[in-house]
Amino acid sequence: MKELRLMKGNEAVAESAIRYGVDGYFGYPITPQSEILEHLMAENPYEKTGMVVLQAESEVASINMVYGGAACGKRVMTTSSSPGISLMQEGLSYIAGAELPCLVVNVVRGGPGLGTIQPSQADYFQTTKGGGHGDYRLITLAPASVQEMYDFVGLGFELAFKYRNPAMILSDGVIGQVMEKVVIDDYKPRWTDEYIKKTFPWATTGKNPNQSHVIVTSLQLDPVKQEQVNLRIQAKYRECEKNDARCELLNCDDAEYVFVAYGSSARICQKAIELGREKGIKIGLVRPITLWPFPTKVLRDMTSKVKGMLSVEMSAGQMVEDVLLATQHKVKVEHFGRFGGMIPTPQEVLEVLETKIIGG
Amino acid sequence: MNESIIKPENLVYRKTPVLTDNVLHYCPGCGHGTVHRIIAEVIEEMGIQETTVGVAPVGCSVLAYNYFEVDMQEAAHGRAPALATAIKRLKPDFHVFTYQGDGDLAAIGTGETIHACNRGENITMIFINNGIYGMTGGQMAPTTLEGMKTSTSPYGRDLRTMGNPLRITEILAQLPGTYYVTRQAVYTPALVRKCKKAIRQGFENQKKQKGTSFIEVVSNCNSGWKMSPVASNKWLEENMLTLYPLGDIKVPTENK
Amino acid sequence: MAKGTIVIDTEKCKGCAVCTGACPNKVIALSSKVNGKGYNYLEMVNEDCIGCANCAIVCPDGVITVYRAK
Repeated sequence: MKELRLMKGNEAVAESAIRYGVDGYFGYPITPQSEILEHLMAENPYEKTGMVVLQAESEVASINMVYGGAACGKRVMTTSSSPGISLMQEGLSYIAGAELPCLVVNVVRGGPGLGTIQPSQADYFQTTKGGGHGDYRLITLAPASVQEMYDFVGLGFELAFKYRNPAMILSDGVIGQVMEKVVIDDYKPRWTDEYIKKTFPWATTGKNPNQSHVIVTSLQLDPVKQEQVNLRIQAKYRECEKNDARCELLNCDDAEYVFVAYGSSARICQKAIELGREKGIKIGLVRPITLWPFPTKVLRDMTSKVKGMLSVEMSAGQMVEDVLLATQHKVKVEHFGRFGGMIPTPQEVLEVLETKIIGG
Repeated sequence: MNESIIKPENLVYRKTPVLTDNVLHYCPGCGHGTVHRIIAEVIEEMGIQETTVGVAPVGCSVLAYNYFEVDMQEAAHGRAPALATAIKRLKPDFHVFTYQGDGDLAAIGTGETIHACNRGENITMIFINNGIYGMTGGQMAPTTLEGMKTSTSPYGRDLRTMGNPLRITEILAQLPGTYYVTRQAVYTPALVRKCKKAIRQGFENQKKQKGTSFIEVVSNCNSGWKMSPVASNKWLEENMLTLYPLGDIKVPTENK
Repeated sequence: MAKGTIVIDTEKCKGCAVCTGACPNKVIALSSKVNGKGYNYLEMVNEDCIGCANCAIVCPDGVITVYRAK
């Protein structure tokens, strides 16, 4: 039976994890996402579903605990905010290299450095372009509501296991902290050890008699083999790009101009569209839901229909590079951003569209 | 050689099937191989091959996963205790061990080591201490002795500028989470037998759920120390054991 | 009359000689010949083996199998 609750985005992630049947959460407190670990501890999920929750000694330990659990075929996750996610990059690279599924949530705050605890979207490059060493990608989901914070936990695991690759929910301090109503599910049972052993032959579930042991590693000293690993991983990524790029279009049917924005910036753009349309400017919104794979095709197709695009981000201009790559200068593209924890107003956004795109 | 003795009923010792048939990549005479073998023998004798997961480190034993015929995970440098924590928490009925060298466990992984032990994770940690970074070519380790020459302390370890050798095992013994802490060696048959007993106890302890079992093995690095294997074992005995004396450091109260 | 004997996997032996000092009866020594990897491998040099397994127990490469007459 579905239930309706008023929750913070962070709490929604935690509640969703328990109800989805996640096996383990390993995390370390950091603002603005500490409610996730707090909510998990308060809910005592070990009693409810057998879910393990552990406060680790650092983000470095957290992500490596995730590696250990993921390598057992378990559904495991961690969450953090920007500086903590930076510490996890080594572990993420190893997890991607060992082709393990897991979920990481980044409730982004302003940087660089210790930065600020206010919302930001300045970790776009880190998330979608690599972050750690080597050729790998993170399947990146960008929630724009508390409901999506809840829903993307399940979606994230689904995609992570589909491609045996880490998935990341790239949220921000607004979506993490804001309270909204959320439809929540019943408790789903966790996967049994028997199911995992049968379904995931790559996992360290205990050596099978008459079969060789399972090795989970990201090391191949022989470059011929290491290239094969890379080719296999890249082939997976091409499949993911083909099948799982997602975005939402709003008011785009008659639009002459579009905002391209994700997460809380998309929410601000929705209001800016209202203000613009009141003035007779036909504006739409392209909201990427997956930042990697990026909805390149949707934007490319749109170049023949609109006169200009404004990439609105709480960063100095990161996603705009993907918009430019997608549109290949066939249409005017500009960026507007506030950063360091500042949030743009709808009025500001509309004004920039009017000056930089329409009047520019 | 008396060929007539070679009959199955006369067999007293053979390589355990819990070791794979892969040729060990270690240098001739390196203690790693001996410790691998006795761990594998313990797993065989306890009948836990199908319920054991091992975690390999970064260092000379990075490829340990190729030798143990049990499910294995390869950790990032120093992070084996974090992996092992999660494996054991998520599969509490399994036997979980880490196998780490001094650089991995006592330098880059100090945090993970101390916190896994302090939480009292029910795992067995095997710590090979040879006072040097073998894989990268013989650089100074946290456990390198005073005055000991390595490629990054070519005039000998100078305590004033390079810090002191770290006796991490003594530190870990003081943590409430450790249940059994011991220091062993494997350069004579008697020591190997004793070390194997300690490893056996370390694995048996996992069933008791009383905390971390930590077994340091003071070992040689003949290549890094630039000696023959036999000479390196002599050097170990005469030099390493002064700072790293053999014996139990923390024994479960019921064993006292 | 020997009570014991050993079988040496000479191709896997690395000639470290850690075992030779562990033998109570000086039964084993490194050969003057080399194996495929170029190591002077281990061989038995007399018939005095008692099958104590000391050599096998200290062998880092697990190349020695030990038999002892009952």
